[in-house]
Formats: sequence, structure tokens, C-alpha cells
Amino acid sequence: MTVKELMDRNLAEVVSAGEDPDREITKVFCCDLLSIAMGRAPAGCAWVTVMANMNTLAVASLADAACIILAEGARLDENAAEKAKTQGIAVLASEQPVFDLALAIYELLKKEKQEKEGMV
Amino acid sequence: MEDAIVLSYAISGEDFTRAGEASSDVKKKLKQMGVSPEAVRKVAIAMYEGEINMVIHANGGEITVTITPEEICMVLDDVGPGIPDVDLAMQAGYSTAPDEIRSLGFGAGMGLPNMKKYTDSMEIDTRIGEGTKITMVVKI
Ligand SMILES: Nc1ncnc2c1ncn2[C@@H]1O[C@H](COP(=O)(O)OP(=O)(O)O)[C@@H](O)[C@H]1O
Ligand SMILES: [Mg+2]
Repeated sequence: MTVKELMDRNLAEVVSAGEDPDREITKVFCCDLLSIAMGRAPAGCAWVTVMANMNTLAVASLADAACIILAEGARLDENAAEKAKTQGIAVLASEQPVFDLALAIYELLKKEKQEKEGMV
Repeated sequence: MEDAIVLSYAISGEDFTRAGEASSDVKKKLKQMGVSPEAVRKVAIAMYEGEINMVIHANGGEITVTITPEEICMVLDDVGPGIPDVDLAMQAGYSTAPDEIRSLGFGAGMGLPNMKKYTDSMEIDTRIGEGTKITMVVKI
């Protein structure tokens, strides 16, 4: 599933479309402590967090996450939202809890994998 | 060295929200040079942790990145308070970060361990009251 495909699911509101809509999402990752996310977030992950600030954007970009999904109604302030757009970082936001969002994305990835395996 | 590219950055100790700009710039340049995504990610993570530390713990400093066909060398130089006990500081979870920094998601005490984990070598030269110089190398 690509970032664009995730956005098209209407699971969460699109805050910033990002520079690479065709980026494949590899995994789901959940963490709010940025230094842990920095060291552990897998490249290409969909990162679900309630931490919504400038530094979240920096970590997502530097750790090479595919997109950020802000949970529990967490929102970027105006400056940060603008920065996400200019830096081409994909950001979604939702009122849903972290677990529900992560599970929903996990299920989508699993379903896609099963369909692919069924085809061959 | 003939093929070396040198990038220098002054890191402000004032503006926490801008911390990471130098690392982002290095990441962008390495990508443009065609360095492998794995090496770029290692450099980005290690340098960002070091950059954030300079802002949080040392009131800013200077970062010099030297790129050769073999490796990327990062030197982070500050005139902050120094690190009294490096072995302790290197332990995962050890942090002296203040509460307002923690509320932003930092201060997990994972920075120095992350820097070690993502580089091929890391050297810390620190003097109390004088500053800290950290040299990290990622092989390409
Ligand atoms: N450049 C530095 N100058 C002074 N002290 C530092 C520096 N970098 C790290 N430290 C000290 O080492 C500790 C551990 O650093 P780190 O592992 O990055 O954790 P954190 O930044 O989350 O506190 C810091 O809390 C601080 O006391
Ligand atoms: Mg740190």
C-alpha cells in the first residue's frame, strides 16, 4: 500500500500530502518518545503518534518514515503544518486512538499481502 | 584529500524547533550524491541526535561533515559544560534533560546509544567546563 492509497482510504484527514505519494508503506510503528522513534522506526513505516510538533517532522524525515499519522486529535500548529508541506512530509490526522489507527493500517497491509500471495 | 567534500554548520543553541536543519541538509545532499539509502539513514539519525544534544545540553556549537568516496565523517564541536561521566551518559535511558524538553518527546536518554548504534566508529572527547567534541564515522 502506498501513502496515496492510505490517504484515499479516508482513515484519517490529510494534513500534508508529502513529496512521494507512491512510497510503499512497509510497516506500522507506534511511539511517542522521539529518541526511541529515531532509533527504532523502520524505514518506510507509517508512524502513529500523539506527539505533534516540529521535532516529530524532523524525526520522521531523518528516520525515513513513509508518513506520520497523528492520533487522538493531536494536531500540528500552523507553522509545523506549513513546514510539513514545504518539506514534503506526508502527515495524516485523526481523532482515533493510536491502537485503532495502527490496527486499521496493519489490517490493510495484511489484506494486501494476502491478496498478492493469492495471485501467484 | 582530493575527493573530499566538506560541509560546515553553525548550530544555534537558542531555537529548539530549528534543531535538525543541519542534519536534514546533510541528508538531502547525500541523497543527491547517490549515497546508499542505508548509509544516508545512519548519518541522518546519528547526526540529528548529536545536533539535538548540542542544542539541549550545550547551547549550540559547530558541525563539520567530511564526505569521501569511502566514508562520511561527522565532527560535532561545542563549548558546553562537558560530560562528567561518559560511561554513564552512554547508558540507554540516562538523561539530564529538563522537563520542558521531555514534554516535547526528547530526553529518553537514547541519543548517545543511537549515535553509537548507527555509526561504525564514535569517539567522545569532553572536558568539564570547556566542551565536548564527538567524532563519528559511517562507512559507505
Ligand atoms: N554535547 C553534550 N554536552 C553536554 N552534555 C551532553 C552532551 N550530549 C549528551 N550529554 C549528556 O549525556 C546525557 C545522555 O545523552 P542522550 O543519550 O542523548 O540522552 P538525552 O539527550 O535524551 O538526555 C544527556 O542527558 C546529557 O547529560
Ligand atoms: Mg539526546
